[in-house]
Amino acid sequence: MKSSTICEEWLNSLPPTQGYLKNEQSIGREFLSEQGMPSKKDEAWRLSNFNRLNSFLTLPTIIGNEDIKTKFKSIFPEKDQNRERIIINPNKNPIFNINLPEGIEELNNREIEENIGKIVCSTNIKNDISVCLNQASSSQLLALKVKGNSNQSLEIVIPSIEEKSISTRILLLVEEGAKLDLLQIFLGNHNSAQNHLIEIKLESKVELTHGLLSLGEEKESSSICTVAVEQSEKSKYSLNSIHHGWDYARFEPRIIQSDGEASTIIKGLQVTKSKEQIATHSLIRFEGPNGKLDQLQKAVASEYSHCIFNGSIEVPQKAQKTEAAQLSRNLLLSKRAKIDTKPELEIVADDVRCTHGATVSQLQDEELFYLLSRGIDNEHANSLLLQGYYDEVISHFPKSAEKWNFIEKLIQDIKK
Amino acid sequence: MISSTSETILSIKDLHASVEDQEILHGVNLLVKEGEIHAIMGRNGSGKSTLSKVIAGHPSYKVLSGSIQFKGTNILELEPEERARIGIFLGFQYPVEIPGVSNLEFLRVATNSRRKELLASELDTFEFEDLVKERLKIVEMDPAFLERSVNEGFSGGEKKRNEILQMALLEPVISILDETDSGLDIDALRIVASGINTLSKPNTATILITHYQRLLNEITPDFVHIMANGKIIKTGSKELAIDLERSGYDFINKDAKDKEMAT
Repeated sequence: MKSSTICEEWLNSLPPTQGYLKNEQSIGREFLSEQGMPSKKDEAWRLSNFNRLNSFLTLPTIIGNEDIKTKFKSIFPEKDQNRERIIINPNKNPIFNINLPEGIEELNNREIEENIGKIVCSTNIKNDISVCLNQASSSQLLALKVKGNSNQSLEIVIPSIEEKSISTRILLLVEEGAKLDLLQIFLGNHNSAQNHLIEIKLESKVELTHGLLSLGEEKESSSICTVAVEQSEKSKYSLNSIHHGWDYARFEPRIIQSDGEASTIIKGLQVTKSKEQIATHSLIRFEGPNGKLDQLQKAVASEYSHCIFNGSIEVPQKAQKTEAAQLSRNLLLSKRAKIDTKPELEIVADDVRCTHGATVSQLQDEELFYLLSRGIDNEHANSLLLQGYYDEVISHFPKSAEKWNFIEKLIQDIKK
Repeated sequence: MISSTSETILSIKDLHASVEDQEILHGVNLLVKEGEIHAIMGRNGSGKSTLSKVIAGHPSYKVLSGSIQFKGTNILELEPEERARIGIFLGFQYPVEIPGVSNLEFLRVATNSRRKELLASELDTFEFEDLVKERLKIVEMDPAFLERSVNEGFSGGEKKRNEILQMALLEPVISILDETDSGLDIDALRIVASGINTLSKPNTATILITHYQRLLNEITPDFVHIMANGKIIKTGSKELAIDLERSGYDFINKDAKDKEMAT
């Protein structure tokens, strides 16, 4: 079946537009009905595995209570005492039955109306296919506000449902001077798809540490996630992400420093095996002077898998004295695996310091021999080396993330 | 310490070996017994480091012919990790930096691999910390180095001390120390040498690969071998190293030429 037909059929299968996301749903559906799904001719999608992408359209989006009972992943490690957990169940209004810590509130209708879609516009992603897919199908919104000058921790878990496609949407406003340590966990399920749109607005002097643990771990699991962040001056945003175990995953962080004068740190890791494809397409734009970016993207590809990184940095004329460093480091563990990495720097301002680099290598033989020569067996030596390789990203996650056992997962299934 | 009844630890016979299809060792013969300290000296490129890598089982080096026996067993078929576990230790000339791998964890895993071979119990984190703290004293090393990544950002001297620390933990039967003295200042050389002396036991043996006689002032070798063109061309006592220091390698060349003429 042609992808345009699949897209049309999918749009027809969606429930009528309704609720407070009605307007957003219409925007997404109209765009998709006019533009259809991307093709190999679209630069941002040309390396994408379109068969897998179609699973977002072919899996049913309507979820019954029975599905939640039987096909919803619901066993998780115990939550931390000082970190409230929100589990997003796509069949319920996620705000129900959750304990929010003091200092975090849900947005009222007026605040939602004022802010929804705004960051999508300011980060210039309103015509992105990933975003439109989410807009078209999201029916619930988790909308939170972190109150000014407070210091908070929060965990948001988003499980998948077997044989279903789900869309979730989060809007997060962090008020002036607040600190937030946010840990998000995406979990895959057998033959499932999940699509997330997370909009975050950081007011001035905010510090947000955003850990994103995206673990597919099941056959035929797919994920698309867009994180759109608007940073005000003097804010600090650290995004640490790990993608692993997805048959198909696409991660799109879109960050704008709206007045410059802010700091962005991104540490990303994607690990693929068998025939998986995981892609990160990041874009950071500086709309004012003195902005800082430190970006490290790591990938490890084994067997027949494919890792993709596309890192755009935009420094317009008004963003003088920007300091941006981007590094893409990749490990290719098999002859048949593939890594595509592409930095894209668009620099107009003349007084800036921007660096970028990309390396693709294999595990170092001399490092391996050193470990072997101390009596450590081959398998253990390889896993120590991989752990060392992951460390630059993993070490930025909060200690409480370890209970999701992702480190073992990252090492377990990689064979040299 | 040496007696005629001492057991042979390492026996190398007519060893030929190559790297990247180029033959480097052209027939090395060496016999090392319990309690002995051997020094191997020679110019750059004479094959000293190659010999050490071949004994340790580096995969880039290929043995073309000859044999290496460790306590009567042929080790050429053994993997590098198996050779290490039975008690062969290579101290690296350039210890490798491994970012992200904790030195403490690395030392613990390595120590336990060797202990398993010796049928000793595996050490858990706490037990190991006690052991390593005690062994750190041998090389006068700051415990802070345990928290860092393996050799990452270590100075030349710190790397070499870390090598001797590994030797202290693994308690090898034979230690081949490849230019352990290079890049060390006088104090560090003294510490490293004293560590090696402390760790030398009547039932172990040491091979020191070095360019300079100064290490041999601190550690007295029983035998000094001179290597040239992938062969041991002369063997003598400590005096040979002193002669070498005084006259350079030219006297060896002359000596070798004289021998050739005579034959």
